[in-house]
Amino acid sequence: MATVESPMQRERARTIFEKSKPGRRAAILPEAEVPEPPLQELIPASLLREEPPRLPEVAEPEIVRHYNRLSRRNFDLDSGFYPLGSCTMKHNPRLNERVAALPGHARLHPAQEPKRAQGALELMWLLQESLAEICGLPHVSLQPSAGSHGELAGLLLTRAFHADRGEARTKVLAPDTSHGTNPASVTMAGYEIVKVATDERGGVEMDDLRAKVNDDVACLMLTNPNTLGLFDENIAEMATMIHEVGGTLYYDGANLNAVMGQSRPGDMGFDIVHVNLHKSFSQPHGGGGPGAGPIAVSDRIEPFLPRPQVVQRESGNGSGPTYDLDHDRPKSIGRLRGFQGNFGVFVRSYTYILSLGADGLAEASETAVLNANYLKARLAEGRAGKYTPIAFDRHCMHEFVLSGKPMKRELGIATLDLAKRLLDFGFHPPTVYFPLLVEEALMVEPTETETKESLDAFAEALEQILAEAEADPEKAKQAPYTTPVRRLDEVKATRKPVVRQPLG
Amino acid sequence: MADANYPDELLYHDQHDWARLEGDDHAVLGITWYAQDSLGEVVFYDPPEVGATIDKDASYAEVESVKAVSDVIAPMSGEIVEVNDGLEDAPEKINEDPYGEGWLVKIKLTAPAEREALLGAEEYRKLVENG
Amino acid sequence: MLAAIGVEETAELFAQVPEPLRLNRPLSLPAGMSEAEVYERLAELAARNADCEEQVCFLGAGMYDHYVPAIVDAITQRSEFLTPYTPYQPEISQGGLQAMFEFQTSMSELTALPVSNAGLYEGPSSVASAAYLAIGATKGRRRFVVSRGVHPHSRETLATYSEGYGATIEEVGLEDGLTDAAALAAAVDGETAAVFLQSPNFLGAVEDVEALAAAAKQHGALVVVAVDPMTLGVLKPPGECGADIALGEGQPLGNRLDFGGPSFGFFCGSEELIRKMPGRIAGETDDVEGRRGFVLALQTREQHIRREKATHNICTAQALNALAATIHLAWLGRQGFRELGELLVRRTAYARERLAAVPGVELLHEAPVAREFALRLQVPVDRVLDRCAERGIAAGYRLGREYPEYEDGLLVAITERRTRAQIDALADALGAAIQAERGDLVGNSATKAPGGP
Repeated sequence: MATVESPMQRERARTIFEKSKPGRRAAILPEAEVPEPPLQELIPASLLREEPPRLPEVAEPEIVRHYNRLSRRNFDLDSGFYPLGSCTMKHNPRLNERVAALPGHARLHPAQEPKRAQGALELMWLLQESLAEICGLPHVSLQPSAGSHGELAGLLLTRAFHADRGEARTKVLAPDTSHGTNPASVTMAGYEIVKVATDERGGVEMDDLRAKVNDDVACLMLTNPNTLGLFDENIAEMATMIHEVGGTLYYDGANLNAVMGQSRPGDMGFDIVHVNLHKSFSQPHGGGGPGAGPIAVSDRIEPFLPRPQVVQRESGNGSGPTYDLDHDRPKSIGRLRGFQGNFGVFVRSYTYILSLGADGLAEASETAVLNANYLKARLAEGRAGKYTPIAFDRHCMHEFVLSGKPMKRELGIATLDLAKRLLDFGFHPPTVYFPLLVEEALMVEPTETETKESLDAFAEALEQILAEAEADPEKAKQAPYTTPVRRLDEVKATRKPVVRQPLG
Repeated sequence: MADANYPDELLYHDQHDWARLEGDDHAVLGITWYAQDSLGEVVFYDPPEVGATIDKDASYAEVESVKAVSDVIAPMSGEIVEVNDGLEDAPEKINEDPYGEGWLVKIKLTAPAEREALLGAEEYRKLVENG
Repeated sequence: MLAAIGVEETAELFAQVPEPLRLNRPLSLPAGMSEAEVYERLAELAARNADCEEQVCFLGAGMYDHYVPAIVDAITQRSEFLTPYTPYQPEISQGGLQAMFEFQTSMSELTALPVSNAGLYEGPSSVASAAYLAIGATKGRRRFVVSRGVHPHSRETLATYSEGYGATIEEVGLEDGLTDAAALAAAVDGETAAVFLQSPNFLGAVEDVEALAAAAKQHGALVVVAVDPMTLGVLKPPGECGADIALGEGQPLGNRLDFGGPSFGFFCGSEELIRKMPGRIAGETDDVEGRRGFVLALQTREQHIRREKATHNICTAQALNALAATIHLAWLGRQGFRELGELLVRRTAYARERLAAVPGVELLHEAPVAREFALRLQVPVDRVLDRCAERGIAAGYRLGREYPEYEDGLLVAITERRTRAQIDALADALGAAIQAERGDLVGNSATKAPGGP
């Protein structure tokens, strides 16, 4: 199939290293102002490096041009619709960036004495309090740096909790629809994962759960709504089941966007919750981070929280409360990382919470659920309804899962091909091939910051692609055509990995 | 390999592995056409050590494609006497010739009677075709 | 929209949430505020922090007040880098993937190890991640040997994670500021999965990594070295010293202090370890028309495919921060990066000499240093810090926080922003603070502090 190359396709990828010319530079450094003996007089020659690392030698305008051009080879949320299920790609307010850049936040050293970092500690405490209220669990640690870090924390807290009671349990239960980080975290925490089946309504198979819950189970890890976008109404019973055998109930907060101000994991019976600040709380994704995964826990788990904890203290002299880092926590699991956590992310998320407020957060969830159900209804019509039907036919919450199985069978194109063709239409595809339970899965999460027009445009694009496929399946199978590169050979990349620029 | 095929002279395990008996006390093992087809293009195979023991129904190695990693299940128990080193540079042989050049290990059997529990070609073919 | 869905009101969509679980009240949080009001609130909080514009910063301990050039912000604030997700659809993520590839190249160059991943969260947790790799790579050994010179946060984090790993940790002490080599060799045995070193160590001392690594390798343990990336222009890189893994806190490269995060951790290793590496790795390949491109390589290591057998549980990492580092390194360039290292060493030497000459101050150790050094004060360190703060100087890190044996210790860090004038001012401030404290002690002779005037 002949295609005309776009200018971006014609521009071949060259790394900054390949643009290097000896002698060019951008940085001008300050004068030493101090004596400049040869380095070997200060550090033994055997400890010194002979040749400097082969970093690029480029001038500043070259650097700017290189990365600006490179950036345009990216699709991004500010530019288009990004319905990635499980990722909550909601708009990132630019106010976040402005306040995070204030020197009082940005240029504050983490080892500064707490008494000279009161603004920062108060912000952390206020964020903790806000998350506690949203999650319905009173004690929060902001230390974990991402959702999976929070999961590991939750499992280590569980371990400490059981050890404190003189028990050593070996298993953790999680549904077969769980996000991959759940079982990966389970293994890192030294437990064995046991999968629980999903029933035909899309919820946890209660008989299977009943059979697997016993006093060797340390924890049950769930998310609610689950990764199918469905609220599991059996949650109260599940909580009772696991608590009756003395286990903990863990909430993966990836789907919190559906229930803010509507329902709270603490009220559902969860002991430990992690929150993804880069999902529900508007921290930009940055192409793969940074994020943060703070945890909220119940009273019985509180003693084991990581060290240090941000605490509020009454100052005693009537001048209002002060804030401190409390290291005196004898039952703490210890540290999960250096210093206090991703403070810059806390600034942005706290800003978001202040901006939206109680009313705004509840409205965000309502609108997220409305948008998802509307898009689901649109995609139940026409060709999408025929070839990519909903996997579980009931009202969804903030996301829903379609199955491309009929499309594959009748049109001969897979979910992968559909996703690649969507790229030509200017959309980021939904999450594909997850959860594993659904064949040829497409997980769609529009979020609350999309307009009806945006959702309609997506539905129309899907309709068009399927119509195309009816006439000529090859079109989708060879897609994309218009992106900076076309389909890439992943086999080659994995068989003989080349993971850095070779240099002379 | 274009079409599904399951040679008659082999014995099959329902986890999609085959065994070719050699004499009374040795067998060569590998994965079936169905297994390599489901996996996609194999990119990596890390053979177990010669001398290691493997147990029937347990995993003894892993075969990796771009999108998945599959456990290789032992159809019979034994001690590994030979491994197919040629797969290190050419793992795609597992796709191209799963019963020939794509063989994985040769073992000295510790319980030859286990052959009774395995499936014949016809039975195995029915198993995969009926999904 | 409601009509299309087939309901009368949005509330019906929440019917799947059982009534007893509905909140049925507003969240107990303030109402939403206008952008201007939110800004004021955040500015008010920021104003109550003694940041580096208010206090000249000699604090280090792993994070440093370097100058980050303006182009880093200009580029990382671009929507196309700031707002996309992880590059799972490579055709529309070539910007991010190539940036990762360039980052990996830069860190590989710095550490002289061939394989780098695209980054982890930060320094200390990267140490714990290396431990997880070592368990797998040594087929299940669960014992770690760690130098006391390794950052206390790293040692604590390793201890926390080791509860999950079922691993034990043995610590090897310091002798005159450096890891006791004989003790290290004695501590390593056939059950040791990995040995952890840091250079420069927490006390700022440059370790003889090559000699320590040789001692560690005898029993097949992995050698893991945490390094300060800013010193790698002048110090021998871990890859040339026998390290199997080099990692560390990446903040000095292109990232703000931000009260401790977000920054990134870098993680580099030998070729043999590539399939065991944690985190994302960008790899080069071609598209169907022969164009060079980049993809996430070796994804079967990762949690979204390998699940419970993944090399790590990490999903979201610190991609934007790694990009900042890549840009900063390109801006410094090959010559600039070396020159910066030389500048740090020389200014540090000057500062060390100046401060050691202050009455009441002596060096805690005399080992060679690169950009940070440790002092002993003859009066309480926290009092000195308070007095210096009154003069607008954050004089350093109180070592007694985590090293009870150095209760009188102060760790002073130097960056290219610390001018000679500022260093001289620190010397004056320290001198004045010590004198004032001694004066107070003499004045309060009823409660004479140990050591006396």
